[in-house]
Amino acid sequence: MSLPLFPFGTDPGPSFTELLRRTRVGGAQPGPGEAPEVTSTGRLPGSAAVSMPGVAHGTTIVALRYDGGVVMAGDRRATEGNMIAHRSIEKVFPADRHSAVAIAGAAGTAVEMVRLFQTQLEHYEKVEGTRLSLEGKANQLGQMVGANLPMAMQGLVVIPLFAGYDLRLKTGRIFTYDVTGGRFEETDFHATGSGGRDAKNTVKLGYRDRLGREEAIELAVAALYEAADEDTATGGPDPLRGIYPVVATVDAEGYTRLEDAEVAEHFSNVLERRRQQGEVGEHR
Amino acid sequence: MTMPYYVAPEQVMKDRAEYAQKGIARGRALVGTTYDNGVLIVAENPSNTLHKISEIYDRVAFAGVGRYNEFDQLRVAGVRHADTKGYAYSREDVDARSLANVYAQYLGQVFTHEMKPLEVEILVAELDPVGDAHQLFHIAYDGTVADEQRFTVLGGEADAVTQRMTARFVQGWSLREAIRACVAGLQGPNRTLQAGDLEVAVLEHGPWRRTFRRVSDEEAAEMLADGEQVEATRPSAPPPGEPASSGVGPPAGDTGGAPSPDAPAQ
Repeated sequence: MSLPLFPFGTDPGPSFTELLRRTRVGGAQPGPGEAPEVTSTGRLPGSAAVSMPGVAHGTTIVALRYDGGVVMAGDRRATEGNMIAHRSIEKVFPADRHSAVAIAGAAGTAVEMVRLFQTQLEHYEKVEGTRLSLEGKANQLGQMVGANLPMAMQGLVVIPLFAGYDLRLKTGRIFTYDVTGGRFEETDFHATGSGGRDAKNTVKLGYRDRLGREEAIELAVAALYEAADEDTATGGPDPLRGIYPVVATVDAEGYTRLEDAEVAEHFSNVLERRRQQGEVGEHR
Repeated sequence: MTMPYYVAPEQVMKDRAEYAQKGIARGRALVGTTYDNGVLIVAENPSNTLHKISEIYDRVAFAGVGRYNEFDQLRVAGVRHADTKGYAYSREDVDARSLANVYAQYLGQVFTHEMKPLEVEILVAELDPVGDAHQLFHIAYDGTVADEQRFTVLGGEADAVTQRMTARFVQGWSLREAIRACVAGLQGPNRTLQAGDLEVAVLEHGPWRRTFRRVSDEEAAEMLADGEQVEATRPSAPPPGEPASSGVGPPAGDTGGAPSPDAPAQ
């Protein structure tokens, strides 16, 4: 590789995706951020679960706000049709120091999108010498999701959930996306993926304004538990293998991923409460 | 029709070198050195926003002296090179040596083929992820590369600063000792540099993936002021004076290369 210098007037600026397109790294794939070429007239599949054979899909992710920031959690299962493809993939990632991104949908495409998004944010920060605003990061991700539309048309749908701590407004914020890259801000919580509906309902029933950090984590864990209880494509806690959902918080200090032991403890709290409430009694 | 003048190649190269050296000598000096927890770079730079030292990648830093627009262009190109490489391959495949070679190629090319050489000298530093075999690549305006393991000096009065550094250098010194020696080296016997006149950054071992950190004016002032008694015994290095009361320093919490969470996606 030679030094990537550009003649005057053709500089890609602080955009990494633009740089990739100019330097033609990444092969034949359409550069993310490129205007989507909609050549197909095929209909969008109804959900991410409508899949190509042999393509792993990730499932339930949930995010909610608490008084100091946001909690984000995702189960660890990936499925191929009715098979479990992986038991321990990760769906929640740090996007940069003060934001996190979680993914549902075609796992390969999604993980690649996250990797590009992380690089994009860091690249901007280094080239410009300042960080993007949270709003700016959310819009960037929207453009990447939008650029994936041709792939989405063929079944490789990726729906991320983006959350972060807004250093200017001093609050946690959550953004959701649709398949065209449309970006919507949620007020307090959201969940997507195949178990998203169950997760969202659980959060909805337990949510109140200005939750504390621990309460918010417990609610997120309970939401994943309920999703795994109802949805085959969502993995629950796996004490035998020591696999627990990824739970992370983003606050003024930055992104923190919880230790597995801590997550396990929250799960046992949730289970204990269920037991006390007699919710498992009917199967005795 | 007039005949073009013949100018001997030796003369051309000499003129270009002189031109570049003159441009570089006008700028203030910069020192890069290794210490017990990584790499320290100290530059004389009164500006808080136009940086001479910057982050390139997780373990790689860049520093330049000379014409700002020229070395800043090189800095951005370095970030692009590193990010593209890290994205195409893996984060650990990005190293300073290959970047230094790419820079050297470019500077050499410009020096021999262009009308005007670049009036810059640059430093590419890399933190050894496991041990203390850190690397400092010093690349001159003509593409000459030198690699150092102890310290290197760039910019105006480099020889004098090098002499002062040689006298004080100790392998494996602490950050405090290193920073004080660098400042003493930069300021010489007849001047006193305040923390506000300096730009200081480190590549340091720590829990973070990104090891680059800017040392704030306050932190630098504290380290310099603390050594006053020791400094006072050396006639060649006057005490750094009052700790910089500069309220103009970068906000403490917002260093350009603040550590970001570990664990990249892949």
